[in-house]
Amino acid sequence: MTGPDYLAALLLLAGALFFLAGTLGLLRFPDVYTRLHALTKADNVGLGLIVLGLSLQSGSWLVAGKLILIWLLVLLAGASVSHLIARGARLRGIPEWRR
Amino acid sequence: MSLLQTGIDALLALGLVWLAWRALACPDLFRGIVLFIAFGLLMALAWVRLEAPDVALAEAAIGAGLTGALLLAALARLNRIAPAGTRADTREAWRNAPALLLVLAGAGLGLAVLSLLPEPAGLQAQVAAELGRSGVSNPVTAVLLNFRGYDTLLEVLVLLLALLAAWSLEAEPPRREAAPGPVLDLLLRLLLPVLVLAAAYLLWAGAHAPGGAFQAGAVLGAAGVLALLAGWRLQPHLTGLPLRLAIVIGPGGFLLVAWALLLTGRPLLEYPPALAGALILLIETLATLSIAATLAVLFQGSRPAAEPPA
Amino acid sequence: MPDLYHALTLFLLLNLGAGLWRVVRGPTAADRMLAAQLFGTTAVAILLVLAQAGGVAALRDVALVFALLAAVAAVAFVRRAWPQPEDEHDRP
Repeated sequence: MTGPDYLAALLLLAGALFFLAGTLGLLRFPDVYTRLHALTKADNVGLGLIVLGLSLQSGSWLVAGKLILIWLLVLLAGASVSHLIARGARLRGIPEWRR
Repeated sequence: MSLLQTGIDALLALGLVWLAWRALACPDLFRGIVLFIAFGLLMALAWVRLEAPDVALAEAAIGAGLTGALLLAALARLNRIAPAGTRADTREAWRNAPALLLVLAGAGLGLAVLSLLPEPAGLQAQVAAELGRSGVSNPVTAVLLNFRGYDTLLEVLVLLLALLAAWSLEAEPPRREAAPGPVLDLLLRLLLPVLVLAAAYLLWAGAHAPGGAFQAGAVLGAAGVLALLAGWRLQPHLTGLPLRLAIVIGPGGFLLVAWALLLTGRPLLEYPPALAGALILLIETLATLSIAATLAVLFQGSRPAAEPPA
Repeated sequence: MPDLYHALTLFLLLNLGAGLWRVVRGPTAADRMLAAQLFGTTAVAILLVLAQAGGVAALRDVALVFALLAAVAAVAFVRRAWPQPEDEHDRP
């Protein structure tokens, strides 16, 4: 393993950590609005870090570009869908969590 | 195979069986659909682990993406026609017949697996030997569009039959879609061009890598489904003959090619090797258009009104 | 490196499995759909990692298709299948 390999491994592990945070959020947060964080923030950052790590490993600009395109598409879908779900939930009067 | 890989495969297998059971057994139809979407995702991953990226691609495009949307639209229709409380529960009466059928099918499959030769020869060698004359370099496409082209012809016709069945049902009044709102509108304007481009890419890639008409058609059909969901509709003058032409051009073009080849004295769908590549591309392009149009129209359900709604 | 890729795949699959609890549990339809959407992101990550691990470029195309179609089912849910606001059924 060389320098870039260690960096890539570090990025992949960090990505895995964000996925774990997203899953914990999905399971433990108290209402649908807070659970949306798992979708829009944690998992998308996790995928971004994994994409970065894999881009370093791929050794090709073409592959790296394709990986980043895939990440951007997932970001677009995740952001739009979470907005639509949150808006629909408010319209339907699903109550938000209060301490 | 390492212990980690065994763990991945075991988890996938357990997950698939559990999801299939839960999706079938749960009384709430919506929950069943969501479990089925998750099942499609895991199924695509399972095909990847079985080293069948072609099937994984088809499962990703059709199983995980479009089928979920089709089932959700069907559920919405069902809830409109017969709200949850008013449906007659047919499950009790019908539970035993499918179970018996499944046991018989399972026993048949088990017997088939047991009767396989311990070292099956497979057909890879024959396919590899003839690949040079097929017009494409992806063996899966060679089998689907050349060596066993009539299978694919029948599959395209099955899709057409499904549409005919849906269209023979009573037409629904055209639904008024709520305004899409800025977010859905922006999503559509960004995503539609990318979907069209990706469909063209998958169609072209099918000649030498996993891809082809069904995957490309599903991606293009998804573009149509998204547009329909945002409330976009075809102009009234396009819903008549032009739409029908788009739907039949795939199977129609396929049949015309088959007929032309028969006229030149060749067996059914045996292309001249020099023309094979071009003919396969032509058939797949037309099929992509028809599959996309058929899937989008199936999602809408009933026949689009030829005259503008009053 | 291959061991790291496979360990990462296994870890992501376990995440996906844990998320299934939310699909079964709900309580609202939105929660179930949200979890399914999340599985799409996880599946994309798994596919990209497996593409690098096995050197199979075609798996990136599978991931691309997942990413492209990620929004379709959820948009169909929000626009069609989600019970209308006056429906009591959807309340937690």
